[in-house]
Amino acid sequence: MLTSISQLVIGGVDLAAAALFLFGLKRMSSPASAPGGIRVAGLGMIAAVLASFLYVFSVDAAARPHLMVNIALAIAALGVGGAGAWFVGRKVAMTAMPQMVAIYNGMGGGAAGSIAAVELFGARTNGVTQLVVTLAGALIGAVSLSGSLIAWAKLDGILKAPLRVKGQQIANMAVMLATLAVGGLIVAKVTGVSGLPLAASTWIWIFFAGALAFGVLMTVPIGGADMPVVISIYNAFTGLAVGLEGFVLQNPALMIAGMVVGAAGLLLTLLMAKAMNRSVANVLFTNFGTPAKTHTGAIKGDERPIEASDAAIKMRYSSSVIMVPGYGLAAARAQQKLYEFVKLLLAAKVSVKFAIHPVAGRMPGQMDVLLAEAGVPYDMIFQLDDINDEFATTDVALVIGANDVVNPAARTDKGSPIFGMPILNADKAKQVYVVKRGQGKGYAGIVNALFYGPNCEMVYGDAQAVLVQMIEAVRGLGLAAAA
Amino acid sequence: MVMNFDIAMTGFVALYVFMLAAFAGWVIIGNVPAILHTPLMSGSNFVHGIVVVGGLFALLNAATPLEQAIGFFAVLLGAGNAAGGYAVTDRMLAMFKTSDASPKRRRAAHGRRKAHGHGKG
Repeated sequence: MLTSISQLVIGGVDLAAAALFLFGLKRMSSPASAPGGIRVAGLGMIAAVLASFLYVFSVDAAARPHLMVNIALAIAALGVGGAGAWFVGRKVAMTAMPQMVAIYNGMGGGAAGSIAAVELFGARTNGVTQLVVTLAGALIGAVSLSGSLIAWAKLDGILKAPLRVKGQQIANMAVMLATLAVGGLIVAKVTGVSGLPLAASTWIWIFFAGALAFGVLMTVPIGGADMPVVISIYNAFTGLAVGLEGFVLQNPALMIAGMVVGAAGLLLTLLMAKAMNRSVANVLFTNFGTPAKTHTGAIKGDERPIEASDAAIKMRYSSSVIMVPGYGLAAARAQQKLYEFVKLLLAAKVSVKFAIHPVAGRMPGQMDVLLAEAGVPYDMIFQLDDINDEFATTDVALVIGANDVVNPAARTDKGSPIFGMPILNADKAKQVYVVKRGQGKGYAGIVNALFYGPNCEMVYGDAQAVLVQMIEAVRGLGLAAAA
Repeated sequence: MVMNFDIAMTGFVALYVFMLAAFAGWVIIGNVPAILHTPLMSGSNFVHGIVVVGGLFALLNAATPLEQAIGFFAVLLGAGNAAGGYAVTDRMLAMFKTSDASPKRRRAAHGRRKAHGHGKG
């Protein structure tokens, strides 16, 4: 009786949790409703975790003697893992968000892989279908764990250059095929095929080692510029792994949540790849991050410098300005200063908008978060498709810390590695100012034709220092009171 | 009569659940504006933190020290995934503000939001 009641409660609570997750994600369709959405989803999570302690009324006979120890372990793991991650999540800088997301992806993948490991080592799977699904979830989860750790190390700057050796793709393929073969062997072993060497548990260890190794090998050669795509892929992988283990545990809440996240990750992966003008396969299997063949010869003219104060005064007396921030702005921690400057322009009745490229940050949408953190209202922030036509009728485009995403070569130069990539049409504005540390190439190492255009002038210097000068120049006009 | 609330999902039923969930995810996520893509990713990250429930099931049913160790690891990682994902998502979403920031107008905007939400839902 106690068993049926606990099953009823767990089933009901998990059903409610799944519904709340979907509802929460649905509320993310607007920045206004989104905060309520995540809180609702959070309630679902807490309820589901609390309800799962009712599993104690229906544990396997073999686990019953260990029940008290297991409960203690569960509470300890929840406390340590939950509190630790909560503390870090509350403190972490917004610029470090890609690393954090990579870590959480890895944790989820690792948890799914661990669940699979318990099922496999305990020989709990029922029938070939469940066994194969368990192995599939274990493989994807383990790849996501080790791959995400490498992605984190790359994003955090611990791993600097992409590591590439000749024949790497073939080696990766060999590791993958070997791991799949071991998986097949485990299925054969468990289903009772005799005459195979070693114990099943040994093969399970080898299987996990192969999967973890593949995750590392697959991620190590991918360049830093491609990390937005990689994070999205691992998000999808972890979702898929969680969904598959949900099937193994016969838990529909895990199946639904996992699959929803899997679909979300896939969608974001495709969006990111499209914004970079690459196919997903191209990101995973070719060497993009290496400096491309340069096209310097094709570009005529020089970069023309201008003083920050002159550029600022020109903007003050224009009627419309579009800001094009890139990751360089965040690297210089200058978002606050930029918004301070924007407020001065607004006070002088200049129309100001922010134009964001999908890959402006190190992950999808990161630049939007960084601007929001600096206090920029979201109704001033526009995405590529919504603002690109406006550059032609805008007086000034101010490009700060962005490079490849405003390179007109993407439209015109068929030989350029970024040819065909959607870019912000900053070059179409009547006047373009580019704030840049010095003469040099962008993150992907490509020469930017925009800088040599007849309507472009360069403001050299650290973004933060340049913006301070701009603010002082506009304040110096005696309009500080209006701000 | 002993009531049985055991969930049994095999073969095609599971595939139907997967198919519908994937479709729902695709449609819901497709409606999220690009401006929210980072909190969306950390939020969906948080959602796959539900794996902690599976970890708890595995740990509570662990019968050997090896299973206990791996189960502990599963709950530890799953709890970190869920708590961390929630913390960063909540922090980020709280940062998004509109231009009309005066308390009165914000309340009014909140009211509009609610009406809007119902109309859409």
